Amino acid sequence: MKGKCYINGIGCVSPQKTHDGSFLEEVIDFRNASVYEVSKPDYQKYISPVSVRRMSSAVKNSIVASSMALDEAGVDDLDAIITGTGFGCIQDSEKFLKGLIDHDEDFLTPTPFIQSTHNTVAGQIALLRKCRAYNFTYVNGANSFPSALLDALLQITSMEANTILIGGVDEMAPHTRALFQTLGQFKKNDTEFDYLDNKTEGCTSSEGSAFFVLSNEHMEETYAEVVDVFFLNNLVSQDVKTFTIEFLTRNNLSPNEVDCVLLGKNGDLTFDVVYDDFSSLFPSSNQLVFKHLFGEMLTAPAIALWLSCKIFKTQSIPKSLALDVPRSSVNYILIYNQYRNSDHSLMLLKNV
Amino acid sequence: MEELKIELKNKLITALNLEGMTADDINDSDPLFGDGLGLDSIDALELIVMMDRDYGIKIIDPKDGKTIFLSIETMAAYIEEHRNK
Repeated sequence: MKGKCYINGIGCVSPQKTHDGSFLEEVIDFRNASVYEVSKPDYQKYISPVSVRRMSSAVKNSIVASSMALDEAGVDDLDAIITGTGFGCIQDSEKFLKGLIDHDEDFLTPTPFIQSTHNTVAGQIALLRKCRAYNFTYVNGANSFPSALLDALLQITSMEANTILIGGVDEMAPHTRALFQTLGQFKKNDTEFDYLDNKTEGCTSSEGSAFFVLSNEHMEETYAEVVDVFFLNNLVSQDVKTFTIEFLTRNNLSPNEVDCVLLGKNGDLTFDVVYDDFSSLFPSSNQLVFKHLFGEMLTAPAIALWLSCKIFKTQSIPKSLALDVPRSSVNYILIYNQYRNSDHSLMLLKNV
Repeated sequence: MEELKIELKNKLITALNLEGMTADDINDSDPLFGDGLGLDSIDALELIVMMDRDYGIKIIDPKDGKTIFLSIETMAAYIEEHRNK
C-alpha cells in the first residue's frame, strides 16, 4: 500500500522574521553581509530558563521551530524525529576543542562535550517531548536535509509511520567560519557584492532551523504534498538537465507543468552557473531565489521547503523572491539546490 | 575573602552560562543547588573541574561536593583553606 505524504505543520527560525509566522512582509536587508545572523525569537517562551542556558543556537532555534510546527499540526505523538545538519552543533564542538588546547588536554568540562554531537538537536527534542520513537540525524553535507526528507517520505508513504517530525538545522561558529573564509568557500567580511548579479567567489555564511510535521493524513491545515525527493552527491555520468528530466519523467510531469522553480543560488560566481543550465529547462516557470534573504547554510533546502509551504498556503509569491513577474496560482514547485557543484538535490511539492 | 566571593560569583555566571545574572544577584548564603540557583549534576561536574583548574583543589570524593558547594560562602571558605594556586 502506498500512501501520500502531507506537510501539516511548519516552523522556521532564520535570518528573516520567520519565527513570528509572517511571510516576508518585512524583509531584513543583508546587502554586502558575509554573515547572516538569525532573527532571534523569544526563546524563553518555548524553553525554561534553566534549560536554555546550556543550549547553543542550533538547539534553541530548533526547539522553537519544532514547537511551532507541532503546535500548528496539533500533534503530540510522533512515530519518528529525523533531522539533517551539515555542521551539527559546531559551537559546542569549537568550545570543547578550544578547552582541549587552552588547558593542555586537561580540565575538560562536560557541557560542550555532551552538546557537541550532531544528533544533539534530535535528542533534545525527543527528551523535551518524552518521545522514545525512531530518532535519526543525517549528516550528508548539503544533502543532509533532503536525506532526512527522503527517510520520512519512505516511512510515511509505505505506512510504516503516520506522523514524523523532520527538520534541517545549522549554526555557525567563529573559528569554522574563519577557516572556510581562508579556503575561499565563504566570502571575506569586507566583500562588496550584488547577490543577484554577482562577480565574486564564495558564498555567505548563515544559520537557522526549519521543521515540518509530515503525515499520511490530509488535514485542513495541510500546506502541501511532498511528491518526490532525489539527490546525488556528484553528477558523474550525467548533467543537471538529464538528471532533472529523469526526475520529472518518473513523476509523470513535463517542465511546463512546474509553476515555480526555487533555486539555491548562493552568490558564488563559480558555481551559480550550474543553476543557469537547470533554469533553461523551465522557460515558462517562475524563477525564484531565496539565499539573498536567508544566506547559505548546508541545510538551506529546509528553508526552501518552508518558503514553498508558505507560497502554497497563501497562493502568493513575495516579490523579494521572484526573478520575474510572480504568478498568481501555484500548483507545483520544484526546489533545486547544490553546493559547489556537489550534493545536488530536487524536491517536488504539490498544492493540495 | 570578600574578593574571592565576588570572583567565584563571576566565574559561576560565566562557567554555567547564567544568562542575565550579575554577581549582585547571588547572595553569599544562597543554596547553589535545589531551591537556590537551581544548579544540577552537570553543573556540579563543571564546578569540580573549575576548582581543580583555577585553584588546584582536587575533589576526589563527589560526596564532599554536597558540603563544599552548599553556597558561595562554603565554597570560598574551602578554597581559602585548600588552594594551591
